[in-house]
Amino acid sequence: MSAPARTPLYNAHVAAGGKLVDFAGWEMPVHYGSQVEEHHAVRQASGMFDVSHMTVVDLRGADVRAFLQQLVANDVSKLKAAGKALYTCMLDEQGGVIDDLIIYFMSEDWFRLVVNAATREKDMAWITAQAEGRDLSVTERPELGMIAVQGPEARGKVHGLVSGALAAEAAELKPFSAASEGELFIGRTGYTGEDGYEIILPAADAEGFWNQLVEAGVRPCGLGARDTLRLEAGMNLYGSDMDETTSPLESGLAWTVAMQDDRDFNGRAALQAQKDAGVPRKMVGLVLEGRGVLRGHQKIIVDDQEVGEVTSGTWSPSLEQSIALARVASSTGEQVNVQIRNKQVPARVVKYPFVRNGKPLI
Amino acid sequence: MSNIPAELKYAKSHEWVKDNGDGTFTVGITDHAQEALGDLVFVETPEVGDHFSAGDDFAVVESVKAASDVYAPISGEVVEANEALADAPETVNDSPYEDGWIAIVKADDASETDALLDAAGYEASLED
Repeated sequence: MSAPARTPLYNAHVAAGGKLVDFAGWEMPVHYGSQVEEHHAVRQASGMFDVSHMTVVDLRGADVRAFLQQLVANDVSKLKAAGKALYTCMLDEQGGVIDDLIIYFMSEDWFRLVVNAATREKDMAWITAQAEGRDLSVTERPELGMIAVQGPEARGKVHGLVSGALAAEAAELKPFSAASEGELFIGRTGYTGEDGYEIILPAADAEGFWNQLVEAGVRPCGLGARDTLRLEAGMNLYGSDMDETTSPLESGLAWTVAMQDDRDFNGRAALQAQKDAGVPRKMVGLVLEGRGVLRGHQKIIVDDQEVGEVTSGTWSPSLEQSIALARVASSTGEQVNVQIRNKQVPARVVKYPFVRNGKPLI
Repeated sequence: MSNIPAELKYAKSHEWVKDNGDGTFTVGITDHAQEALGDLVFVETPEVGDHFSAGDDFAVVESVKAASDVYAPISGEVVEANEALADAPETVNDSPYEDGWIAIVKADDASETDALLDAAGYEASLED
């Protein structure tokens, strides 16, 4: 096992008292003192996350759009204006999820992918193999850093730190679109359920920009808060909520699969077969009604029968109760029990997200 | 630097034990443990009447991010559990050695506490 890698913000994390842990081979801050306070900062004001461990991949060449129409389950023909972004899954031939990713349309011969850190090697191998024989290049961009600035006050904080022209352009961005100036790239995207930006910039500039954000009052937040925020926002985590053994249809991600026309993407036949036979499982939200905390892999029980399991669970700082995403039999109704150690604890099945834009939805 | 009261005994697994002088012993988790766990959001105390052997899973403390087992530092029967933690688990963070106690155990054999660490020994174990 080699030593964990460090992002360009490693020194900033150490200086800020970050508690560093190994995450997918990267030395990352899990919190800087209080995970709960960091969570509330994002819901109520602004917080930022070092996401430089994520993998930025640029695809360039005449064939890129056609290639992506085969590679991913969502339809990149939805990307018409430069800067527009699309969330999607990359599937194998069995319809299993290799990874989830965001695709940005930079120009007709340049699309940018942001994929997960934990799946980097697998993703690169898959993309490179799929691109074989196509007129395109696949280039990882490890020399870029990435900072997510999130919360109701986040965008305003960023506008004060970039050029007037870029700030004006960013202020006009619709959700899920991006503006850039040279290698400084600002996408109005995120993983918290709040407004904000994900900013890609040269690694050499990352620490300076981070420190300016700190001075502007943006609170550094660790992976712990990132997880509770995304779970409240009902956003899937690859490896917990879906992987190669699950299709997007049984992972709450049917909305990211475009099957209206006859586009032939990887995994389509398997998804069609699953649809035709009836998708056996579904993702649901759970709110724990008894005492305890929902955690991944706890069994879901209805009438003494196991009907599924929790895929991600936590105590929700915003709702002050325990919530979870769970994959259960499609026939599951509104009330279940969760096996927590030696007890069965009642939980209510709910539609998620649980929280968006600072407001509880359940 | 965490607080390690001199009058208590400790298990390496971060439980403390207080001799109540009547054959019963109060058990909790150390300041170091609560600090490492972070904000606690749930404590599952043992039930009165339950019997444990030293080293058994005794209670569960859960922070936002994870559940951690608390082990019985000595063998015995639970005679009282701290019910107040059900509604206020954060008491363990705020007052690990006083209001944040977890349970009181009637020891099978009070001499088992001789095998526990004193404050200096526990402090040394944190540096290993």
